[in-house]
Amino acid sequence: MSKKHSSDGAGHAEHPKWMQHHFDTPSQQFASSKMGMWLFLATEVLLFAGLFCAYTVYRANHMDMFVFGHQFLDVKWGAINTCVLLFSSLTAAWSVRAAQLGQKGLMIALLFITLLCGGAFMAIKYVEYSHKIHDGLLWGTKYKPAGHAAEVIHGEEAHAAGELGGAHGRVDEGHTEAEQVAGIEAAHGEGAAEAPAAGGDALATDGAQAAGAQAAAPAAQGEGVELPADVLAIDVAERSTTLPAAIGPRGLVPVAEEGHDDGHGAGHHWEGPIPDNVHIFFGIYFGMTGLHGIHVLIGMIILGWLIYRALKNDFSPEYFTPVDLGVLYWHLVDLIWIFLFPLLYLIG
Amino acid sequence: MNVTDTSITPTDLGGYASEEAESENFLSYPKGIMSWLVTLDHKRIGILYLICILTAFFIGGMFALLIRTELLTPGATIVDADTYNQLFTLHGAIMIFLFIIPGIPAALGNFALPLMLGAKDVAFPRLNLMSWYLWLIGAAFTVFSLVNGGADTGWTFYTPYSTQTDGAIISITMGVFILGFSSIFTGLNFLVTIHRLRPPGMTWFKMPLFLWGIYGTAIMQVLATPVIGITMLLLIVERTLGFGIFDPALGGDPVLFQHFFWFYSHPAVYIMILPALAIMSEIFSVFSRKHIFGYKFIAFSSIVLAILSFLVWGHHMFPSGQSELANFVFSALTFSVSIPTAIKMFNWLATMYKGEIVLKTPMLYALSFMFLFGIGGLTGLFLGSLAVDIHLHDTYFVVAHFHYVMFGGTVIAFLAGLHYWWPKVFGRMYNEKLGAIGAAIIFVGFNMTFLAQFVMGSQGMPRRYYNYIDEYTIYHHISTGGSFIMAIGFFLIAGYLLHSLLKGKRAPANPWGGNTLEWHIPSPPPYYNFKEAPTVGDPYDFSELEWDDRIEGYVFRKAEGSA
Repeated sequence: MSKKHSSDGAGHAEHPKWMQHHFDTPSQQFASSKMGMWLFLATEVLLFAGLFCAYTVYRANHMDMFVFGHQFLDVKWGAINTCVLLFSSLTAAWSVRAAQLGQKGLMIALLFITLLCGGAFMAIKYVEYSHKIHDGLLWGTKYKPAGHAAEVIHGEEAHAAGELGGAHGRVDEGHTEAEQVAGIEAAHGEGAAEAPAAGGDALATDGAQAAGAQAAAPAAQGEGVELPADVLAIDVAERSTTLPAAIGPRGLVPVAEEGHDDGHGAGHHWEGPIPDNVHIFFGIYFGMTGLHGIHVLIGMIILGWLIYRALKNDFSPEYFTPVDLGVLYWHLVDLIWIFLFPLLYLIG
Repeated sequence: MNVTDTSITPTDLGGYASEEAESENFLSYPKGIMSWLVTLDHKRIGILYLICILTAFFIGGMFALLIRTELLTPGATIVDADTYNQLFTLHGAIMIFLFIIPGIPAALGNFALPLMLGAKDVAFPRLNLMSWYLWLIGAAFTVFSLVNGGADTGWTFYTPYSTQTDGAIISITMGVFILGFSSIFTGLNFLVTIHRLRPPGMTWFKMPLFLWGIYGTAIMQVLATPVIGITMLLLIVERTLGFGIFDPALGGDPVLFQHFFWFYSHPAVYIMILPALAIMSEIFSVFSRKHIFGYKFIAFSSIVLAILSFLVWGHHMFPSGQSELANFVFSALTFSVSIPTAIKMFNWLATMYKGEIVLKTPMLYALSFMFLFGIGGLTGLFLGSLAVDIHLHDTYFVVAHFHYVMFGGTVIAFLAGLHYWWPKVFGRMYNEKLGAIGAAIIFVGFNMTFLAQFVMGSQGMPRRYYNYIDEYTIYHHISTGGSFIMAIGFFLIAGYLLHSLLKGKRAPANPWGGNTLEWHIPSPPPYYNFKEAPTVGDPYDFSELEWDDRIEGYVFRKAEGSA
């Protein structure tokens, strides 16, 4: 921009140093930069749009997968993170105001608080991810529920597998009826829903291993299975041999009963069979929050760069474009999370 | 000397007043290889792009020749089947992502857009340079796949094959991802430039139609390309981490990948063709010596095409199992695309009507564009029809159709634009006679290559096949022969263009008599473009221009009077 002769820009002799040569006026430069940033933000929205689209498609076709999967997300941490980001947007917006008014110290302090909020967000994300990794609640081929998650999932599976294993696919009516009664009884006491199941880290779809966890079945009955036993048996048989098609009629495979989340990570309470392909939900969860996390990191780098430039006295009430644009980016990062939080954590 | 529109005087210095002033042209100032590699000048970045995309075109073209040679006979001819799969994959990927998409906007557009607009540069020169470097990095990734095991999925990377094959899918998709951002930044730059850097007097409807076309292109580049970005990222995590979203073995949905892919790649087809249409609007008017007919219709049809491009992606997926309703809607919307396209075609015809047609090389390409793009567009109607598409889907008919649009449309228009702006860019005239011969060879070779493919496609020859039954041999012979003829044409073109750089006659400021702003400044343009904000008039009013034998170019009549 500025590697040209001084003679070339007739009539622009009194350029401030931040003024680029090919613009005629500072306001033209500011308007161009701002428009460029808005367009860039549009591309960012569209980058996420692919994931939102995948979310919509899978949720529309497999609501059960989402209802079941979301109970493993920690609403408490998600809500705290939402507050952290909302607060950071306030400080970010305020820093632009401070820049406009030439309050350099305040601007730097506010940018720094924003940066810290970003750090806090990532720290909480780290805690959440650690839990997911620990519980084996990951995407696709890496989905191997363990620990607490396995209690919820294997409890169900073991119960179902118990039926299958006990009668070689034939449904033992009496046995199932007894279970159902037990389930209804247990449902009266909320505490029963938390009944711990024995260990075992079988895949939800792995009938053979799940059968090994049969011992856990009685404990799991407390969670109350209310579907007809013959439907359940068909379901398990299907899942243990072939995976259902992604989209299309599900035949006899039952759609999940309405599950509900009591809002506490520890108090999972699931009624109905475990949906297929829950790992897709976690794939989408990690895809969306992961890409968002990368954007938070990029935003933090930008904030750090703004603080560095502010310390160098680069900004003034006449020129604060980078602060304005950097903060716009930060708002976008915030905004995306505002959508991610209810879409992923608050399904019900 | 005041180098603005009213000041061009007859001189053999390309419009420069003196030798000293001429040394300020953007090619010679500043000097040194580093001054090119870190240049922020849009004209130089345009040339850097031009060199790169022509290299990519050469590589992609060599792959095409190898493919055609292999198909000369049934069974193995020169390469084995696996190599053949890699050849057509890389031919497609290189031609599309490295050549056609950046071709007209990033190379010719970068050079011409700020000049035609009357601006000193694009809005974000550093971003402009960065997008060139991103192109280089993306190209490196794409070509690296060749030595890294080769990609054999076709340029569409359909899952689940692309998640299972051993080929170098990650490096080529990473390349596409990076090239996507290169394209986004170019489009973003142009949008802001057109919105914010128009000089006083340059209203929307005084803009040359080239700018309208580039504007529509830029909208699509900005709004569609991020989707291929996320699609490629998902494909990469699918392969590396086993995400499962597109993998039917994990309950994922491969058709979702096709939706994602075509949501970008259909607009991408328009990213390729819209700048070509934009060049045509300039050339038909200038070489008919007549005001463009239906300016506003052509301008708006560019925007309408940009919008429609987002609504028709499903027509690539008629047999994919998407719902009948979706098929029906996509088919209907596809037909509606013919409206803005036909508006352009008929307006150009009306522009030529009773015009004083000058058959210089750019116009020859423009005429052949009209013929070839017409065939390409009309055969699209067959493919847009639900019933007929079931028969023609994935046959050579499709191959011929999109080559008529992409090659007969975009590449021919690119050649037209290259010949049109060549004297302005380099300040040298090429050999006009060889130019005409080159255009004729390309026209003949092209039709030989791809008309034969229409025939064999309609008779059932599937695309991407390595082998075929003997009945198709004659068509493959014709097709391959045509491709060799085209190769000769391209070598001829490369020869006389390179020769012109060294020995070409000095180009006047305005060899064709155009009235858009780039023809108001010397050839090659000074590095600062315009000393003062240029005076903006009607870009298609040729009444003030007259031929001057002394400089073998056009001069502005009123300029002569005042100078």
